[in-house]
Amino acid sequence: MRKGIPLMEQVYKSNHRKIATFLSVIPGLGQLYNRQILKGVAFLTMTIAFLVSFWDFFAEKGLWGLVTLGTQVPRDNSIFLLVYGIISILLLFFAAIFVFIVFRDAYKNGERRDMGQRLNTIREQYRNLIDNGFPYLILSPGFFLLVFVVILPIIFVFLLAFTNYDLYHQWPAKLMDWVGTANFTELFGTELWRSTFLNVFAWTLVWTFGATTCQIALGVFLAVLVNQKDLKGKAIIRTIFILPWAVPAFVSILIFSGMFNETFGAINTVILDAVGIPPVDWLTNANATRLALIFIQTWLGFPFIFVMVTGVLQSIPEELYEAATVDGASALQKFRNITFPLIMFSIAPILITQYTFNFNNFNVIFLFNGGGPSVSGQKAGGTDILISWIYKLTMTSQEYAIAAAITLIMSAMVITVAVWQFRRTKSFQEEDMM
Amino acid sequence: MSMKRQRIIRLTLSYLVVAIMSVIILYPILWVFGASISPGSTLSNFSLIPENPTWAHYREIFNLNESSYMIWYWNTLKICIITMLGSVLTISLMAYAFSRYRFWGRKNGLIVFLILQMIPNFAALIAIFVLANVTGLVNSHWGLILIYIGGAIPMNTWLMKGYFDSIPRELDESARMDGAGHLRIFWQIIMPLARPMVAVVSVFTFIIPFTDFILAKVLLRTEEQYTLAVGLYELVAREYGSEYTTFAAGSILIAIPIAILFLSFQKYFVSGLTAGGTKG
Repeated sequence: MRKGIPLMEQVYKSNHRKIATFLSVIPGLGQLYNRQILKGVAFLTMTIAFLVSFWDFFAEKGLWGLVTLGTQVPRDNSIFLLVYGIISILLLFFAAIFVFIVFRDAYKNGERRDMGQRLNTIREQYRNLIDNGFPYLILSPGFFLLVFVVILPIIFVFLLAFTNYDLYHQWPAKLMDWVGTANFTELFGTELWRSTFLNVFAWTLVWTFGATTCQIALGVFLAVLVNQKDLKGKAIIRTIFILPWAVPAFVSILIFSGMFNETFGAINTVILDAVGIPPVDWLTNANATRLALIFIQTWLGFPFIFVMVTGVLQSIPEELYEAATVDGASALQKFRNITFPLIMFSIAPILITQYTFNFNNFNVIFLFNGGGPSVSGQKAGGTDILISWIYKLTMTSQEYAIAAAITLIMSAMVITVAVWQFRRTKSFQEEDMM
Repeated sequence: MSMKRQRIIRLTLSYLVVAIMSVIILYPILWVFGASISPGSTLSNFSLIPENPTWAHYREIFNLNESSYMIWYWNTLKICIITMLGSVLTISLMAYAFSRYRFWGRKNGLIVFLILQMIPNFAALIAIFVLANVTGLVNSHWGLILIYIGGAIPMNTWLMKGYFDSIPRELDESARMDGAGHLRIFWQIIMPLARPMVAVVSVFTFIIPFTDFILAKVLLRTEEQYTLAVGLYELVAREYGSEYTTFAAGSILIAIPIAILFLSFQKYFVSGLTAGGTKG
């Protein structure tokens, strides 16, 4: 029921809306029938152009390739066919949206004719398009980029996890096939894979919680410490404390890998030597490497938290502390009941991203010691986390399909935990956010 | 009296913590500087202030015949600046649409962005490697730039949208009354007011390609195309630790400009991040 139109006139006088919608089976004809010549010709041209440029692509490579992954070597390259298949599906998805818009437009305008209303002139249509279409117009460049460099690879990994793509199923010698859930069965069914996966996963969790919690604790502690009113030289102290953040992480990590070097590094030759502790084999003993890694990530990561918390502390009203002092609260009580909850309330969403960041923190693991030291009877190094293990499986041993399966499991976990956490934090539920 | 003593103890302990932390932070930086002026290529007889300090490693780095360092520097700057400009433009436009317009697909779009921001763009490492092979973008800077821009979109759009939301709507509504168009409001009202957040997003999107190692390592193949991260890693990794002193000189030379840039931007971080990221 449209507002402002007398009830009598809402009775349809003709059947244009149905005819126009039906004619839209060929996009553009419905619009031509509604005597919107320019729009109709435009839709028709777009349809023809789309079919002419992509027909061969769909028929010969795209969809056929996606189903079969090729039948004949060396003519068919399974990987190429998979990519073409995904692109075809994406294009068809866009085409479906286009067709839906065309149908809707034909129906709406037919309905107006049925009710004896005037259709928009070309000028009005143009204004309408610019006005209502504006958000779509400015979204589209970023959207297309996102589809092709972010979403396409994700779909690709997802599909790859169900194929047998590895060193032995590669173009030009061999085709690859769909294998269903065989990769997952192998990952959890074979002793070697399962024990490696569980070890890597366990260390990934310890690493994520250990390193992130250390860096957050240190950052909050130092921010509160430096924020004391009677502490002098705040500006210079803060500048020094931010330095680890300002030096590019890959530089710091490589520097540390030199400092922890067992023969020439300063940790063994200078620092431990000075206190009389015998040299530690930082790079060849897995536990020592783990300790060093957590230390390094704490060093790298605390300044970010420090800066955030410093910002939050400035915004806590002084009256809260004054009232607490009057009530005779101790410094610890003030921290526990005022400062800490307020900090947590403000930075909780950022803390979650810190955990997910370390879960995927490839740089520090790979640059420090290449995920090593190597462990006998395992397919991963002693300090490999999931992401660095995936890198090795891809770049070194070419176990693409298994690596894709692990990626799939890993992404599912990160998303589940993060979404669950985000829903619990308050800022997500605010009306205005969505 | 006891109040005063308590205060002295508290402050002394605080300064002690600050001093210890400063040593832990500054020592590696001084150590690498010491390494960069040590003679020879390894650090077998290393001390913080070497006996025969030498600038040879710095000279070597600036010599185009001996080292590709300057080429890597140029590559990195080129990639970072193009990525930054491209990202800030697309991200601002997308955030403007999400913040100011109500359109079909808006809510679902935001949820998709939220999920995508949790999947780092190198989680699809295998795909990126294979796709680059398929599309011939291996060893090309443009491939990297496109991936960096695409990967920066989800998270930074959320950040920027949060900030745009905090700019009063009355401002653009009254401009609309005065006859300003969509783009004019964006350029002349929203963007100037969002300057702190634009600064934050600029630095973020500049830093990502600068510090990224994994994507650059996967895509770039020849020494002339390397970025600093890959190039310096190769210096250290080539024969383990063999070029450590040269690497140290290279590290000092990158760290200084980045640290200056960073420290001069830091005041925006606090205000920008707390306002856009958390609405605290």
